[in-house]
Amino acid sequence: MLWYTLRRVVYVLPILFGVSIICFSFVHLAPGDPMSAVMPEFASPELIAQIKRAYGFDQPLPIQYFRWLGAVLSGDLGVSIISARPVWGELLPAILNTAQLAIAAVGLSLLSGTGLGVLAAYTRRLATDRAITTAAILGVSVPHYWVAMVLVAIFAVTLGLLPAMGMAPPDNRGFGLDDVRFMILPALALSMIPTAIIARSVRATVMDVRKQEFVQTLYANGLRRRRIFLHVIKNAAPPVLAIMGLQVAQLLGGSILVETVFAWPGTGYLLSNAIATRDLPLLQGTILVLAFFFVMMNFLVDLAQPLLDPRIKRQ
Amino acid sequence: MNGSAANSSQPQIEIIRRPVRIQLTYWQSVRRRLRRDPISMVCAGILVLIIAAAIFAPWVAPADPYKTSMLRRLQPIGTSGHLLGTDELGRDMLSRLIYGGRVSLLMGILPITIATLVGSSVGIVAGFLGGKTNMVIMRIIDVFFAFPSVLLAVGLAGALGAGPVNCLISLALVFTPPITRVAESATTQIRNQDFVEAARATGASAPSIIIGHVMTNVSSLILTYASGLISVAIVLSSGLSFLGLGIAPPTADWGLMLNTLRQSIFIAPVNAVLPGVMILITSVCFNLLSDGLRTAMDVKP
Repeated sequence: MLWYTLRRVVYVLPILFGVSIICFSFVHLAPGDPMSAVMPEFASPELIAQIKRAYGFDQPLPIQYFRWLGAVLSGDLGVSIISARPVWGELLPAILNTAQLAIAAVGLSLLSGTGLGVLAAYTRRLATDRAITTAAILGVSVPHYWVAMVLVAIFAVTLGLLPAMGMAPPDNRGFGLDDVRFMILPALALSMIPTAIIARSVRATVMDVRKQEFVQTLYANGLRRRRIFLHVIKNAAPPVLAIMGLQVAQLLGGSILVETVFAWPGTGYLLSNAIATRDLPLLQGTILVLAFFFVMMNFLVDLAQPLLDPRIKRQ
Repeated sequence: MNGSAANSSQPQIEIIRRPVRIQLTYWQSVRRRLRRDPISMVCAGILVLIIAAAIFAPWVAPADPYKTSMLRRLQPIGTSGHLLGTDELGRDMLSRLIYGGRVSLLMGILPITIATLVGSSVGIVAGFLGGKTNMVIMRIIDVFFAFPSVLLAVGLAGALGAGPVNCLISLALVFTPPITRVAESATTQIRNQDFVEAARATGASAPSIIIGHVMTNVSSLILTYASGLISVAIVLSSGLSFLGLGIAPPTADWGLMLNTLRQSIFIAPVNAVLPGVMILITSVCFNLLSDGLRTAMDVKP
C-alpha cells in the first residue's frame, strides 16, 4: 500500500506543476500586459511603468513565474486588481459557500444516481429501466445553467415556493431551515448531470457484474437474493467509484454557471465577476485553487480504490 | 433417336440464377445500418432541419431578428405575428432562435473539427513514435485533464477576453487533449499488430504506414468519439456566451439569449427558458446520433 501511495504521489506532483504553469499563463495570455485592461486611458507612461513595477510585471516571464510560484506555495495568491484586497481573502468565504452547495449536490447525486442506476439494472427492459435510461440521456446533454433557469421559472416564479437566488441572510442560529430553502434549487440544478452519468454507469456496471459466473454460482448455491445483491454491489463499486470521483470534481467546475444563475456567493460567482471586470489575478487564483481541489479529488479516489478492490494494487 | 443422341453428346449449359449478393463496402454497410436505426434517423432529420433553417435564415425567419419594439416586449407564445412571442426588446423570438443557430451550431461544430484535426494528428504521431516522445506528449496532455472542462474553458476564454474567436480557441484547446488521448491509445494498439510489422518489413516509410494502415484503422474510433463531443461543445459554448464571453449583442445566439432574457424570468418565465430548449434539442440529437453512429460503425470503445 505504501509503495502504491508513493507511486501516486510521484504521478501527481508533475501534474500540479503543469497546472501551476497553465494558471500562471492565464494572466499573460491576453495581448498586452495584465494591467492594460484596467488602466485609465489617460494614465501617463510613468504611472503605468510604476504600477507594472509594483506588481512585478516588468520582469522576464520565467522569473515572474518562479516568484509567483514561491508566493503561492507560501499561501499568497496575489492581490485583486479591482478590490485591491488579497485574492485569498476574497476566495476563502467563496470556497466555503461553494463547499456547502457542492456537498449538498454531491450527496444528492450520489444517492439518486446509485439508486436509479441499480433500479434500472434490476428492472432491465422494463418501463422503469427505459424511463431511467431516457432520463439519463437527457440529463447528460442538458445544459445545467438552463436547468437552473427552468427550476427558477417553475418553483420560484410560477409556484412561488422557493427563493429564486442568493443565500439565506446570516443569522446566529446556525444551519437552519432557511439555509436549506435557499440551497434546494441550486443543489438540484448542479446535481443533474452527475446524477445522470452516475446512474448510467452504475446501471452498466451492475448489469456486467450480474452476468459474471460467480453470480450464477451464488444462485446455484442457494444464497438468498439479498446476499447476492450485496456481492454484486461490492463488485460493482470500484469502477463506479472512479466515475463518481470524476463527476464530483466536474461538479465543482459546473458550479461556475449555476452559481451565476442563482447569484450564489461562491467561487463560480466570484469567477464570473472576475471575468466581467477582467480581474486576472483573482481569476488566476480561483482557477488554481479549484484545479488543485480537482487534482486532489482524483488523487484521493486513486488511493481509495485499492481499499475496495485489492486487485488494482498489483497492476 | 439419332437426334437425341446428338443432343446428349452436347454438354448442357446450365445457368444457375442465384440471387446476386452484392458485397457491401464498409461505409456502405455503415450507411445501411444507420438508415435502419429509427432513433438516429429522427435525430438526423431534426438536425438537418435546424441546420438548414440556420443557413437559410433570411428566407425562413418570419421577421427581422433585430427589429425591436418597445410596445410589444415579452409577448407570450402564440401572439399573432409572433409565433413564439417576443424577447425583452420586442424582437421576434422565433426569428432570433432560427438566426441564433448560426453562431451556436458553428461554435459547437468548429471547435470539435479543429480539435479533431490537431488532436488526432498529435495522438497518432505520439502513438506511432512511442517511447520518450510519446511519454513527453502524453504527460503534457495529462496536465489538461487536471482541470474540469468547464473550468478550463471559462478560464481560458476569460483570460483571453470575450469574443467569438477567443471562445473558439479556448473550446478547441479544451477538446484537443481528450481526442489526443483516444487517438494515441488506438494508435499504440495498431502499431504493434502484425500487418504494421509486415508493412515495415517490406520497406514502407513511416508516413505511408501512418496514412495507409494506422489512419484507416483508427479513424472510425476517433470520428465516433469526436462526434460525441459535439453535443458537449454546444452546451459548453452556449455556457460561455451565457457568461458573456461569446459573441457580443445584438447578434442572436442561444446562450447569449438565455443570458439577456434571464432578467425577464419573473415577467415571462416561458420566454426566458425558450433558447435553452434549442440547446437541449440539438445537444440530445447530436448525442443520440453519435451513439447510433458508434453502433453502426461497430466501434468498441
